[in-house]
Amino acid sequence: MEPVTLQINGATHRLFVAPHRTLLETLREDLGLTGTKHGCELGECGACTVLVDGTPTLSCLTLTVEASGSEIVTIEGIGTVAHPHPLQRAFAEFGAAQCGYCTPGMILTAKALLDHRARPGSDEIGEAIAGNMCRCTGYLPIIRAIAAAAEELP
Amino acid sequence: MLRLPPLDYAAPSDLDEVVALLADEGSVLMAGGTDLVPNLKRRQYPGAARIVSLRRVPGVAGIDVADDGSVRIGALTTLAEVAADDRVPAVVREAAGLVASPQLRNRGTVGGNLCVDTRCHWLNIPETWRQAAEPCLKAGGEVCWVAPAKKWCWAVSSSDLAPVMVALEATVRLVGPDGVREVPAAELYRDDGMDHLAKRPAEVITEVVIPPLTGLRAGYRKLRRRGSIDFPILGVAAALRFVDGRCNDARIVLGAVASAPLRVTAAEELVVSEPWSEGLVERVAEAAGKAVRPMSNTDLTSRYRKRMVPVYVGRLLRDLGGYHE
Amino acid sequence: MRLDPHHGVVGTAAPRIDGLAQATGSLRYVDDLAFPGMLWGKILRSTQAHARVVSVDTRAAEAMPGVRAVLTGEDFPVAFGLLPVSQDEHALAIDKVRHVGEPVAAVAADDPDIAQRAVDAIEVVYEPLPAVTTMEEAAAMADEPIHGEGPRVNRHREVSLEFGDVDAGFDAAYHVREDVLFYQGNNHAALETHGAVGLLTDEGRLHVYSSTQVPHYLHRILAKVLEMPEGAIRVTACPTGGGFGGKTDVFSHELVAAKFALVTGRPTKIVLTREEVFYAHRGRHPVLMWIKTGFTEDGRITAMWLKTYVDGGAYGSYGAASLLYTGQLLPVTYDIPAYRFQGVRFFTNKPACGPKRGHGTPQGRFGLEVHLDKAAEDLALDPVAIRRRNLIEPHSLTVNHLRVTSCGLAECLDRVVDASGFRDRYGEMPPGRGLGLAVGAYLSGAGLPIYFNDMPQSEVMLKVDRGGGVTVYSMAADCGQGSTTMLATVVGEALGLDPTELTVVTADTDLTPIDLGSYSSRVTFMAGNAALEAALRLGDLILTAVADEWEVDPDRVELGRGVVVAGDRQMTWREAVQIAEARWGLLVATGSYKPPKDIKGDYRGAGVGPSPAYSYSACVAEVAVDADTGVVSVEKVWLAHDIGRSINPLMVQGQIEGSVHMALGEVLMEEQAFRGALHDGPSLLDYKIPTVLEMCDVESIIVESVDPEGPFGAKEVGQGPLLPVIPAVVNAVYDAVGVRIDEVPVRPDKVIAALRDRTRGGTGRYGPTSLPDYEFRPPLPVDPPGR
Repeated sequence: MEPVTLQINGATHRLFVAPHRTLLETLREDLGLTGTKHGCELGECGACTVLVDGTPTLSCLTLTVEASGSEIVTIEGIGTVAHPHPLQRAFAEFGAAQCGYCTPGMILTAKALLDHRARPGSDEIGEAIAGNMCRCTGYLPIIRAIAAAAEELP
Repeated sequence: MLRLPPLDYAAPSDLDEVVALLADEGSVLMAGGTDLVPNLKRRQYPGAARIVSLRRVPGVAGIDVADDGSVRIGALTTLAEVAADDRVPAVVREAAGLVASPQLRNRGTVGGNLCVDTRCHWLNIPETWRQAAEPCLKAGGEVCWVAPAKKWCWAVSSSDLAPVMVALEATVRLVGPDGVREVPAAELYRDDGMDHLAKRPAEVITEVVIPPLTGLRAGYRKLRRRGSIDFPILGVAAALRFVDGRCNDARIVLGAVASAPLRVTAAEELVVSEPWSEGLVERVAEAAGKAVRPMSNTDLTSRYRKRMVPVYVGRLLRDLGGYHE
Repeated sequence: MRLDPHHGVVGTAAPRIDGLAQATGSLRYVDDLAFPGMLWGKILRSTQAHARVVSVDTRAAEAMPGVRAVLTGEDFPVAFGLLPVSQDEHALAIDKVRHVGEPVAAVAADDPDIAQRAVDAIEVVYEPLPAVTTMEEAAAMADEPIHGEGPRVNRHREVSLEFGDVDAGFDAAYHVREDVLFYQGNNHAALETHGAVGLLTDEGRLHVYSSTQVPHYLHRILAKVLEMPEGAIRVTACPTGGGFGGKTDVFSHELVAAKFALVTGRPTKIVLTREEVFYAHRGRHPVLMWIKTGFTEDGRITAMWLKTYVDGGAYGSYGAASLLYTGQLLPVTYDIPAYRFQGVRFFTNKPACGPKRGHGTPQGRFGLEVHLDKAAEDLALDPVAIRRRNLIEPHSLTVNHLRVTSCGLAECLDRVVDASGFRDRYGEMPPGRGLGLAVGAYLSGAGLPIYFNDMPQSEVMLKVDRGGGVTVYSMAADCGQGSTTMLATVVGEALGLDPTELTVVTADTDLTPIDLGSYSSRVTFMAGNAALEAALRLGDLILTAVADEWEVDPDRVELGRGVVVAGDRQMTWREAVQIAEARWGLLVATGSYKPPKDIKGDYRGAGVGPSPAYSYSACVAEVAVDADTGVVSVEKVWLAHDIGRSINPLMVQGQIEGSVHMALGEVLMEEQAFRGALHDGPSLLDYKIPTVLEMCDVESIIVESVDPEGPFGAKEVGQGPLLPVIPAVVNAVYDAVGVRIDEVPVRPDKVIAALRDRTRGGTGRYGPTSLPDYEFRPPLPVDPPGR
């Protein structure tokens, strides 16, 4: 076991992690960042998506040791109930979350899209979230929310 | 939560060291990990003891174009990077962009996709299930449950890039204990579900080189249930060269119908035998369909997948040849 | 106080009150909980489909460092089951296992890796028994039946009912047709896998957190299985990451986590893997059905006979009800003068089926709506006409004694037909494109509780603090459907308060009064009515106190938005609350809801189907079918839903769109299929949930029939909209390419097989052709209600 340095939501964490631990397990179980969810742990559902150097990444398939040196952003890092990110506000306003379980991964995937594309069309949004399963909403309000947040972002 | 079994991990910054570590029993190579990690979590490699990561090795990622127009893609280049890079031939970008899902393409690599392990619905299933079935041949048992009559593994080649690279006559660079060698992509594969790569375990793919495609029309079509996430249950890659309304050079390669990308030479020979016409396309497509025998080992029925071969080959050829329905 | 919504709260499209908590990741699901000293539990599951458990050797596991307890079937001698008639399960197998994946033993350890290793070290010796995996096999005599002593047929339950003279109806018919159809089973596949944490409180009581839709039933079954008084147990239902009925049963891991807490004294968490969820299952039953209907020349139904063969899997679960639901709700949409309904649920060595969105009704609804489409063609009627001619009337009784009150079905039908241009476009589209039509109906709550009792099915308590804050207490569990927001909205509307200002405490057996659970689409109707009653009582307390204060007639005092008014006089809600508390003491109000008693017939089986109100839906689906690949793409769905009254249109639309998505999965790709006794693919890669790329456009049309008994007139929307989508798509495939796929899901290989059959001169039909060799008992005659 070797010490790993992780940059998460702007903060530095130095911790000992067994090499077979995934970033998902470290975030949730070692650091208490339980906003990152999981639905399969095999890379099939997208619920565990976090941003690694700005890129949507499945934390269930990422070894924690391999995340050292990267900037990691989880749902906790982009906004709070008191100060939500425009995407978080739009997801609430448009009913883009029902059970809310796919929501953190979905929002981070959307954030990466909006970081690169100012006004994506609905097809582009669909392509971007094609690896994030939602079982409740039928995706339509999610697309509406992402489009609305895009309007609001500079 | 499904977790990895305890494993050691090494990430040398030197390629020779990677190769040296891979020579050890129980070492498994990891690039993006999108194929390896799920397989390890499902306990498909009971002998695995150490992950050897390629990540810290310099110079194995990135895309370059040589003076002769050939394109070199480092093995560690992600599929997303390939799909987004204008210097890469369109057919390769398209195939890379059809792999799995956006997140998996962000992490999955070109080298990893070329080496993606063969798959079978008796094998790529979590552990309780596999304990309930008797282990299949590839899982260390005595019988292949897909075709029990013969002691042979029929697991399916599930790479989207492999048939494309074979069709484009790309070359793969391998670095191993005995040095460096370059092999045509077609020779990287063996039609054997147990052991589908014609490379030594300690050899590492460091790059793939696509020769200039001057005058070639190439395309790729993929059949799968959903528009994302799913592996191919049929892939069709073709590279054709036309002179005066006639195809004089053709490579037609099928993915996900065997344990290796399958060149359908009967179809290739037919397609260059006479001037291009709709009738020719139909016969070529039929010939391709006759050449394959998919097994019942992945999604949808083998009969259906076989029937889709001429449909997909025909559609791709019409696209490339300018004939449309 | 006024009963119509007039404060602009009900009827306003507003976000969920927990929407930001969800979007920021701060909402705590069960696996997000951690407690000091918490152990990690892991369950060992059967690798046998049907076997006697000869021995379970746990010594090696117990000897491992870090292992704190190991449990086996011997630790759980008491059988349980959600329905009183089906007490056939044990938390861990005793004597026998009945399906692959059945829990056999369990470990609690200091960390998850140790728990996994310890589970791997448990040695189980099985004596294999013949496995029954098909209904045909289950219908035969077995020396080793799955339950009980042989020889016997592996039948779980049978229903055989006849309402009116069916044979006379067929004799009088101008046209009679029969169809055989099959609806494959499928899984809820909620994105969150099931989990539970058991722990002991400082007082030594047991506290179980679970991702459950039914905290009350979990509470009862924990008490039974652990042989503890209910008062010694507290159950908290966490917000669940999707339910869809998949968390309405009580599962092994909940009982095991609780037992670990008792034996170790330490909190213990068990969260299932995705593979385990497919074994826990309780999803949609596979149903093979035969349906025969007589029609007059102009398409009026003269009689109907339905036979359903239901593959229940290895345990009873909700199956006795699921079986009845396959047929009992068909007469809720159509006036069927005579109806014979025979059904049988078999035991097979597969994970037990149970309730999934629509509970038992999507299968029969699919059968009937496809059957009607064919009958319309036989009679040269259009699909709208044959349905219109048979629609049930509002405020009527069905042939099987179900009480229909509000019914907006005719309007739903007209609205989707108009919006989709169905009349002009049906049958007239280019090759490969087609339209299909279907309707459906669903319960707004099961009329009867699961265990017999005469108490309310839902109770709500309101408490007011001196700052004017109102807290709503209800056991309703929010599984994503939005029940928490519904409660705040109903109370807010009644009292003129903004729902976001209310506090809602839910789903905790220590803190909240009874609600039976989030199943059968009962919460808006029942908890909503209880909340409304409580709010009206609270409002009366406040208005009376203010009237006294102002010395005016209480009838002149009204609630406005955040104020109390009488003519020109006005005070804030907060002032009014303080006056009322001074007058009455602690301001608490309660409300209860119990369905009317006269909504059911008096025959064996009459308890399943009655509801205080039915929602209605109609659907037109537009599809494109690729005749070369057999791939069906659903381009657009028009769905009109009679919800009675829309409490929150944003959430109503969300339920409609979500139902369409789930229906597309069921009709096109999802299946809980088996290779023998082995699941065909227990993962989210092999089990095909539609991605965003498979989703279609949806035009949601909300129809408000204003139910006389619903809260502000509201009915359900969580399940009903799913029902018509499936047959509408299947009917549209016929319109597009002229083949009948009498089997769900409509996979591309089936479409190709049907098209090839037609090319070769066949009928162009794909579907089942035979029924299990099973003799139903003679139907019990029940007189239809006098009409």
